[in-house]
Amino acid sequence: MATTSAPARPRPRGGLDPARADVYRDWLRQMLLIRRFEEKAGEAYSLGKIGGFCHLYIGQEAVAVGSLAALGPDDYITCSYREHGHALARGITPRTVMAELFGKAAGGSKGKGGSMHIFDASLGFLGGHGIVGGHIPLTTGMAFAAKYRNTEQVAVCYFGEAAVNNGAFHEALNMAALWKLPAIYLCENNRYGMGTALERASAIYDISERASSYDMANEVVDGQDVLVMHAAMERAVQRARTDKVPTLLEVRTYRFMGHSMSDPIHGHYRTKEDVEDQRKRDPISVWSQRLIAEGMIEEAAAKALDKEIIVEVEDAYKFAEEAPDPEAGELYTDVYAEEEKREE
Amino acid sequence: MATLTYRDALNHALREEMQRDPDVFLMGEEVGVYQGAYKVSRGLLEEFGPMRVVDTPITELGFAGIGVGAGMVGLRPVIEFMTWNFALLAIDQLVNSAAKMRYMSGGQVGVPAVFRGPGGSALQLSSQHSQAFESYYAHIPGLKVVMPATPADAKGLLKSAIRSDDPIVFIEGEMLYNTKGEVPEGEHVVPLGKADIKRSGNDVTIVCHSKTVSLALKAAEQLAGEGVEADVVDLRTIRPMDTEAVLNSVARTHRCVVAEEGWPFAGVGAQVVDTVQREVFDELDAPVIRVTGADVPMPYNKHLERAAKVDAGKIVAAVNQVLYRESEA
Repeated sequence: MATTSAPARPRPRGGLDPARADVYRDWLRQMLLIRRFEEKAGEAYSLGKIGGFCHLYIGQEAVAVGSLAALGPDDYITCSYREHGHALARGITPRTVMAELFGKAAGGSKGKGGSMHIFDASLGFLGGHGIVGGHIPLTTGMAFAAKYRNTEQVAVCYFGEAAVNNGAFHEALNMAALWKLPAIYLCENNRYGMGTALERASAIYDISERASSYDMANEVVDGQDVLVMHAAMERAVQRARTDKVPTLLEVRTYRFMGHSMSDPIHGHYRTKEDVEDQRKRDPISVWSQRLIAEGMIEEAAAKALDKEIIVEVEDAYKFAEEAPDPEAGELYTDVYAEEEKREE
Repeated sequence: MATLTYRDALNHALREEMQRDPDVFLMGEEVGVYQGAYKVSRGLLEEFGPMRVVDTPITELGFAGIGVGAGMVGLRPVIEFMTWNFALLAIDQLVNSAAKMRYMSGGQVGVPAVFRGPGGSALQLSSQHSQAFESYYAHIPGLKVVMPATPADAKGLLKSAIRSDDPIVFIEGEMLYNTKGEVPEGEHVVPLGKADIKRSGNDVTIVCHSKTVSLALKAAEQLAGEGVEADVVDLRTIRPMDTEAVLNSVARTHRCVVAEEGWPFAGVGAQVVDTVQREVFDELDAPVIRVTGADVPMPYNKHLERAAKVDAGKIVAAVNQVLYRESEA
């Protein structure tokens, strides 16, 4: 267990840089924010305050936080529909995200998108997308635009491991490699596409190997360690921004909750023991214990941080609950740039 | 006025818009080195280079999605499908990505992209290469569907489509590329969503688009010889449909025939009929009759194919029906 004393075990390779203590603490804060936010979203869903589908990110927090920290403000990001965590890590406020989950006018998409379609164009956060694999070509198009305009931008696509069996994945990665586009394909391998385990869906186990089909740089990354995630993403960003070539990152992680709110945590496709075993490498515990062990944060301060975040999430919840619904007239807006005469 | 083929009119529109706006680029199969499967992009690679005239692998889903993504961040992609038959592989990107982006982002992110290529019936290409899909896309809020019938409209509408901030499905008539017509010189822009009366008459309205415009004009010519004057309304844009133009015509003629190359079930004509019966029911002197492709996959055999396709004779027969005339055919 974590103690405030020096670690008995050897200091891990690539130890923490004391000069970056503020950054490391901020990563912990971001991961805690995502965890508490998602717990609250799950609660709100159970109370009927959030409708439709709701896919929680609990267990995968280090992936979004570690990787997004390696990006610049002008870079482009797209995600699958499990994107609340990425939205928060990119800097969209908990109020705005929660209001969107509640379908309120104050949500980022004015309540028209919901849980699966979080956008903030000002942050280059170009959507949660609801069709598995469908956003992989979109991100490739954003990387194409960066090359077309000769900018330093990179485009990052987050998707689950189930998407790699989809034609959109192959078509997009082939063209990105062929045309040397500044794209990063970040596969969050959480082991299950809904209820289908990786080995029941993919003919090969190591998703990173698929990059060899396109002669593309690739890495397997431990997604439960935010520092490892960040370092791998920095290398991928360097390749994209400087060398102008794409990368496939296979990030190994685990979804602690069900696929969506209607899916129990364990049942037909994985056992309670599997989940409990994986929970031993909770990315937040891994990181907070390391920060404590290396003297970057006091245990009491970590607890205080968590309390602050719980208050922040409560505020977002209250804000979302009290925010007004969209006006009825919003039904027919945002369909076209130039509004056509519409039959109502 | 210059006389141009429909193909060259499209080529001129592309060239002028690419000269006008550096954000416009053309991407698709065989658009560059090969000069276009139907030669619409002839000479563009040489003028604009490989970054703006981009040859792709045969990956409709992939490069359509690349077009949507590039549009989301402000470029103006023109994505060429070699034909709309192959574009079915990309329909997810048109329906789920392009059409929905503005709405589901609450107005933050639009897709100013044009998806273009030939559609409609071809000549003895059998079932998979000879299909009219406009009703598929016209069904989708968020898309606009444009179908020019003449060289002048091909040029003017493509220019408007490229300048539009909305995703456009631009379906060219596969059998129209060689047709010739006068095209105004210089800046010639035809607004989207406006029908055009291609021939005026007071006895019957023929609503048509794309290939069926020439068939309707041929039918009107024959009917004129029999003392029947047809008002030929070319929709030009399927969605948003210029219902005002259709209704004004029907209010004057009191009889209406709708011709399209597509299949009858849930086709574009069904939408026209719905609007006409609802808006000008009291003006009608006869039920509206539709002329469509036969409700079968397209056959290869030329006799069967002829039977499956719309032609001027079938339009004349429909006009006779709404006029309660004995057919002279």
